[in-house]
Amino acid sequence: MAESVVNAEHPEGGAPEGEATRRDFIHIAAGAAAVGAGVMVAWPLINSMNPAADTLALSTTEFDTSKVAEGMQVVITWQGKPVFVRNRTAAELQKVLADPMSSLKDPQSDQDRTKPGHEPMLVVLGNCTHLGCIPTFGAGDYGGWFCPCHGSHYDASGRIRKGPAPKNLVVPEYAFTAGSTIKIG
Amino acid sequence: MSGHESTYVPKTGIEKWLDTRLPIVRFGADYLALPTPKNLNYWYTFGAILSICLVTQIATGIFLAMHYQPNTAMAFASVERIMRDVNGGWLIRYVHANGASMFFVAVYIHMLRGLYYGSYKAPREMIWILGCIIFFLMIATAFLGYVLPWGQMSYWGAEVITNLIGAIPLIGEPVLIWLRGGPAIDNATLNRFFSLHYLLPFVIFGVVVLHLWALHTAGQNNPVGILIPKEREKKDMVPFHPYYTVKDGFALIIFLMMFAWFVFFMPNALGHADNYIPANPLQTPAHIVPEWYMLPFYAILRAVPDKFGGVVAMFGAIGVLFILPWLDTSKVRSMRYRPTMKIFFLIFVAVGLILGWCGGQLPDAQVVPGMPSFTLLDGQLNSYLWLTRLATLYYFAFFFVILPYVGLKETPLKIPASISEPVLSGPDAMSGAVPAQAEKKG
Repeated sequence: MAESVVNAEHPEGGAPEGEATRRDFIHIAAGAAAVGAGVMVAWPLINSMNPAADTLALSTTEFDTSKVAEGMQVVITWQGKPVFVRNRTAAELQKVLADPMSSLKDPQSDQDRTKPGHEPMLVVLGNCTHLGCIPTFGAGDYGGWFCPCHGSHYDASGRIRKGPAPKNLVVPEYAFTAGSTIKIG
Repeated sequence: MSGHESTYVPKTGIEKWLDTRLPIVRFGADYLALPTPKNLNYWYTFGAILSICLVTQIATGIFLAMHYQPNTAMAFASVERIMRDVNGGWLIRYVHANGASMFFVAVYIHMLRGLYYGSYKAPREMIWILGCIIFFLMIATAFLGYVLPWGQMSYWGAEVITNLIGAIPLIGEPVLIWLRGGPAIDNATLNRFFSLHYLLPFVIFGVVVLHLWALHTAGQNNPVGILIPKEREKKDMVPFHPYYTVKDGFALIIFLMMFAWFVFFMPNALGHADNYIPANPLQTPAHIVPEWYMLPFYAILRAVPDKFGGVVAMFGAIGVLFILPWLDTSKVRSMRYRPTMKIFFLIFVAVGLILGWCGGQLPDAQVVPGMPSFTLLDGQLNSYLWLTRLATLYYFAFFFVILPYVGLKETPLKIPASISEPVLSGPDAMSGAVPAQAEKKG
């Protein structure tokens, strides 16, 4: 630190050259206190921009998946975001299960993306993992979704197959609570 | 603030009293008396036009804020109320919305002028950097403002642009949630965007003061791009007032006529029709496009097949401007005397326009319809995707390859000894009738 400088400039300053003085201690202590105080002032301001308690309170949504006919999808909202609930046909399911993992950009098996015993039912966040647009159902080269904004193709498992999106459509935290009802979040 | 010596003499009693306490009249007088190169052409007038743009936006914005509701349930309706019920609200809103476009027209011309005449070179790097900061703040402010009407484009523009932050590795997701104030774009987002949209113009105003301070310290550049030697100052400079106040005033009237044409006859031409649909978080517009002035950067974002790479390229396209003074190796400022660089500059302007055009098109659409094409990597060669990539390549090559390389290799034309020389014959043909008269008045 500055002790040597202080002493070189003020050799009469008390302590022998190269040793820290009480003034150095005061400078460092005061500086550290000021930085600490600055952080303490800034933190509540920055933290106020994090989601508020009432925003976080809206964190679960329930939905009866039996409303979704085979081959169709229903879009529901959870936390202000669209969620695709898709009841896949046997042919669609067979196709996504048969796809070799090596051909995937973000490798994940279809089993990892569904709940056991409810394999045809796919629950994914409806925002393209590129820039958040909502992909179109039943379009694209892989029978899943197609994002018209920047051309990302998803398969019927919601996995990214082609285009700029880096990740598969996100599977939110959810569980089957009673029979066909799911609770998201 | 200005580098020149003060010539102000307080006359009245109140001026004398004030001058020793707050020399604000002296400040204004010195500003008007500032010696300015006498060969500034109309490309230089956009500085003055920009200051009027900023004042217009702040003034109209304050009045709009008196009627606007920053709440997702009311925002769209409150904007429509401004258009229908508020006295003169339609005029204030159209001036504000089209004013943003006019602001960007002027700033792009202002920046290209600086690029052409080498206004960013020593000793004016600080002026340029402060200008880049203003440009960046303008983009941020325009984006925040565009979200406020809470239409479809507003909402999805906010979704796409905030998602860019999410592309940052590791910290992206938490920062994104912090920025939005919730898991998705919602009321918290709209509220803070309104707050920041109101704040940033005043920050811009502050940086503009610094920009002018730096300008008056380093002195203005001019189309010839030479420093005016001290001994020629009396001959080559004229006071800012009345010479440039009148010239800028005339240009401003022409500019305001164009502005008024948009406001009164085609107020929605520069906007997007989808923004008259209320925001719907469950439906994406078929084609999300930003305002025209962001299209070149949006095109660069889409040019890169990787999400994070695209974000880096887009911010890099703006960021490169900050280091421009150190990329240009030429000792000659004005491209008037750089015949090779002039050609590359014109291509750069064209590429900027092409990027803007590409940004408004679907990436997979054919550039030349019906022309045979083939697949190159991940797209058809005859597509906006590949046209954008070529243009993006030139954009970056211009700064990182052409400017440094051409500056070292090209042989510039002979630079005149004074700013009068290219106009009159010989460096000292200064005793001609017109300049001599101007000198006496000044």
